[in-house]
Amino acid sequence: MKTTASFLLLWISTLLTGASLSAQSANELRFSIHSFPKTFDPVLVDDDASETIRYLTGGVLIRINRESQRLEPELATGWKLSRDGRTITFTLRDGLRFSDGTGFGVADVAYTMNHLMDADLHSPTGDAFRVGEGKIAVKVLTANQVAITFPAAVVGLERLFDQVAIMSQSSPRKEMAVLGPYMVDEAKPGAVIVLKRNPNYWKVDSAGHHLPYISAIRLDVQPNRDLELIRFLRGEIHFINSLDAEYFEKVKAENPAAARNAGTSLDSEQMWFNQVPTAPLPAYKKIWFGSKSFRRAVSEAINRNDLARVVFRGHAQPAIGPFSPANQFWFNTALRPHPYDPTSARARLAAEGFYWRDGALYDSSGNRVEFSVVTNAGNRYREQMATLIQQDLSDVGIKLNVVTLDFPSLIERITRSFNYEACLLGLVNVDLDPNSEMNVWLSSAENHQWNPRQTSPATDWEADIDRLMRAQASSLDDRRRKQLFDQVQAIVWDQEPFLYLVNKDALAAIRPELHNVQPVVFRPQVYWNIEWLTLNAVVATRQ
Amino acid sequence: MKYARTVAALLLSTLVLACVFRDQLTPVGYDHQDRNIPNAFRSRQHLLGTDALGRDRLARVLEGTRVSLVLAPSAAAISTVLAILIAGTAALAGGWVERLTASGIDLFLSLPWLFLLVTVRALLPLNVSPMTSAVITFSVLGCLGWAGAARLLSAQLSWLRSRDFILLARASGCGGFRLLRRHLLPNLMPLVYAQFWISIPTFILAEANLGILGLGVSEPLPSWGSLLRELDSFSVFGWNLWQLVPLALLIAVVSCFHLLISKGEIAA
Amino acid sequence: MANARRWLTKTLLGMLLTTLIGGFAGAMLVRFAPGYGVDERELDVRLSTKTITAIRRENAQQHNLALFYMHYLAATMHGDLGYSMALGRPVRELLSERLPETLTTVGVGLGFAWSLGLGLATAVVLSRDSSIDALASILAGILLCLPTAILALWFFLAHASTRLALGVIVFPKIFRYSRNFLLEARSESYVIAARAKGLSEIHIFLGHILPACAARLVSLGAVSVSLALSAAIPVEVICGLPGIGQLAWQAAMARDLCLLVNLTMVITAITVVVNSAPELLKKGACA
Repeated sequence: MKTTASFLLLWISTLLTGASLSAQSANELRFSIHSFPKTFDPVLVDDDASETIRYLTGGVLIRINRESQRLEPELATGWKLSRDGRTITFTLRDGLRFSDGTGFGVADVAYTMNHLMDADLHSPTGDAFRVGEGKIAVKVLTANQVAITFPAAVVGLERLFDQVAIMSQSSPRKEMAVLGPYMVDEAKPGAVIVLKRNPNYWKVDSAGHHLPYISAIRLDVQPNRDLELIRFLRGEIHFINSLDAEYFEKVKAENPAAARNAGTSLDSEQMWFNQVPTAPLPAYKKIWFGSKSFRRAVSEAINRNDLARVVFRGHAQPAIGPFSPANQFWFNTALRPHPYDPTSARARLAAEGFYWRDGALYDSSGNRVEFSVVTNAGNRYREQMATLIQQDLSDVGIKLNVVTLDFPSLIERITRSFNYEACLLGLVNVDLDPNSEMNVWLSSAENHQWNPRQTSPATDWEADIDRLMRAQASSLDDRRRKQLFDQVQAIVWDQEPFLYLVNKDALAAIRPELHNVQPVVFRPQVYWNIEWLTLNAVVATRQ
Repeated sequence: MKYARTVAALLLSTLVLACVFRDQLTPVGYDHQDRNIPNAFRSRQHLLGTDALGRDRLARVLEGTRVSLVLAPSAAAISTVLAILIAGTAALAGGWVERLTASGIDLFLSLPWLFLLVTVRALLPLNVSPMTSAVITFSVLGCLGWAGAARLLSAQLSWLRSRDFILLARASGCGGFRLLRRHLLPNLMPLVYAQFWISIPTFILAEANLGILGLGVSEPLPSWGSLLRELDSFSVFGWNLWQLVPLALLIAVVSCFHLLISKGEIAA
Repeated sequence: MANARRWLTKTLLGMLLTTLIGGFAGAMLVRFAPGYGVDERELDVRLSTKTITAIRRENAQQHNLALFYMHYLAATMHGDLGYSMALGRPVRELLSERLPETLTTVGVGLGFAWSLGLGLATAVVLSRDSSIDALASILAGILLCLPTAILALWFFLAHASTRLALGVIVFPKIFRYSRNFLLEARSESYVIAARAKGLSEIHIFLGHILPACAARLVSLGAVSVSLALSAAIPVEVICGLPGIGQLAWQAAMARDLCLLVNLTMVITAITVVVNSAPELLKKGACA
């Protein structure tokens, strides 16, 4: 008996393989990405992880300073926009080389632009430049000057170049030859990417030291946010970008200095009703969803402050419209969040002929007001928001059913079958310029979620938005554009095709070893100034 | 052992009674949100504290118990009966039917049933009541969970078939379902009990994971699965130990079930 | 001899056929599930209508299932397993990168589960002590109730290999069944007779009890492989292990037909092989 037990103990102890210790190189920055990048080709980037790699390795002509929101020269020492807004002329920095030693010149810019605009590649970055029919023309003027001409004026053209990492025309290493501060050293699919300092990177600090200061970056693929947090608390990774509110509180409890809130972000959470005329819904529901009073009533019945306070632990603000106040220039400051006002909501419903029986709401034809909201499963915050909204709406007699779906099923419902009633999703805003949202606001657009791909605007206000959006896209005067887009924001606020709920705060966790960090609300929040970051201590980690 | 069984029976009946009289035990309903006290610690008002949305945890645990304690054993029963029927039929028929069944089980164990579940969700209307959705989910789980057990039952049956007493029974003209019922089934029972017992927590946990596909029990109705899902997050550790109550309860109930059915199993 | 060869050929053909049917059935489940042919990129506001249309067209190419499967099989003959749309890489590369990871996880996990499960069951049988049985059963019961995510988290917090979490998931089932098999064998008349003859417990266990349930334990072994493979999906996803479990989850969430067909076939093939292996070995030994 005794021997059996000791055998068992031996078995178990031999099986529990001990953790191995490994020392991390002194000057290596570590953080997690949530999936392995789909591509290293900067032109084809459309997922977060690829975007991270592009930001860290790609050299661009113009960079948007994430803190000041201003443009800064990078590979181009200067640029000039023609009066008609169609042509931009760059003057390139001399004597630069790609990471593999290949020289950088006007031919590379020409090659990158032509590659980017190749219609068969369907580059998301390229799509931002696509206006009107026709091809772009790239003209080499001198040894360091190149002019790019677009078929029509592109508003906010310079800002778009922030996303264009220049590729080498002649390097045999193709997209792996880069001009940014880092280059890919090692990539183990699904597991890890190690970047090392680009020896040919051009930037130096005022003392003449070559940038970046940190010699290597290790990006571990870690899809699980909990494990990411544990690793952060253990000191195995140096920071966490876009942290969830709950985890932020946890970090704050352990180490208040490590929890950094950069303020309200650009991202919004929103809900909308299905207004597609051909949707497989009962006619009376289409009437509700098409009614402005109904939408406004639902909106006023939702307690946005509670959403921010309970679901996001106070690290969110009630949302107002398509742009959050963080977008200093474009946000319409005349607008305020919709108030929580169940009394007004009831009044609006009563005016539309809705009535109550035993606390339940009925429409004028006697149909019980009940609808479902779909959201993507696995997102705890959205599920919790939906549950709070469920309670809020039941206070005005509306029965809301919460349905969580896996993403492909959800997308099929909101883009193809239109077999849904309301949807709760978030929108990630990557660009500050309203022009980047043409595909949302034009009634003919694919991402005009509540009623996409209309042949002609279904309502007058959608026609107005179409007109205003087109007008702002054809003007090169930012103040004029701002006036036009303010009107769009006002219409959207009034009609509420999207019920904007909250804007989350940009939260981050940063270890004290990492210096010079100035987290901002724009991607990539923590490491936007990567070449200036420094690390001061050797951190021993357990693997 | 007998003493332990009495305790188990008492515990289960207490739980059933608590579920029946849950309205008397808790001050508020399971879906009432007191938004001023989310994640509250235990108090006289809320014996187990409140969840992230300020709902009384005790009320939710009791309601969840009601849902899961009925549905999970039912699903376990469905899958166990299916396993017996399929393995039994194959063993009785023998020959190519048995071989075909074996291949069928292999297939069944390997296919991505996830997509069937997604399809089931798509066939359901969106405005389905949380309870209906729960019943359908557990039924589907019951219908999908038989294959592994059927494989083991087949192995047991083919071993039994070569035993003397079965040969004797066959020689004396006993065959078909009579053989299964009178001679084979009693000797299968230990395995059947084991399978039934294993299935209960497996299905409860599976239901929690199906939330990802929009199946399972939807808000605001709680189930043990959805209560356990709250524990998935690291951040809950250190917040409120009372959150572990559903897990403790699940373990207690599964142990009670084990004690009660282990009577049918062979004793050590 | 010729008979045995014919039998072998027939069995192998049967296995191949099952695998092929598995691939087709898997493809069918994917193809007719909602969300097939959609792409997350369709929600990207930066993309122009033209690009979205192009993405849709690309995803619609594999709409005819029978045709797809025939083309796929023809290509497989030449060693081409197709191309994963979601990950943008050839399936063969993905599988060869990730299969070793999963085989390690499943191997370590199963080793752990079997050592612990069969070890405890043996202890129960040898000790004839009902308190050990009760304790082991309670342990199995507790582990059965722990959600995968919590297990993985605990292993991670304890700096232990998260692969062991897989073992902990499979262990209770192995313990429960093997305990029953062993106890049943112990109450056999010839085991009792052996004991009456005064043979030592270890002798009886190794010489009589274990052989009596060998066939059923092998079946349990085969089932445990299936259990471990399906448990590998959540474990790998939660722990971020780059194996085929994680790949399967990504493929499922992207409705990646080609990748899923391959994965289903790999899993069917493994299941068929482990389940037929005992019989094959037996017949092989006879021949």
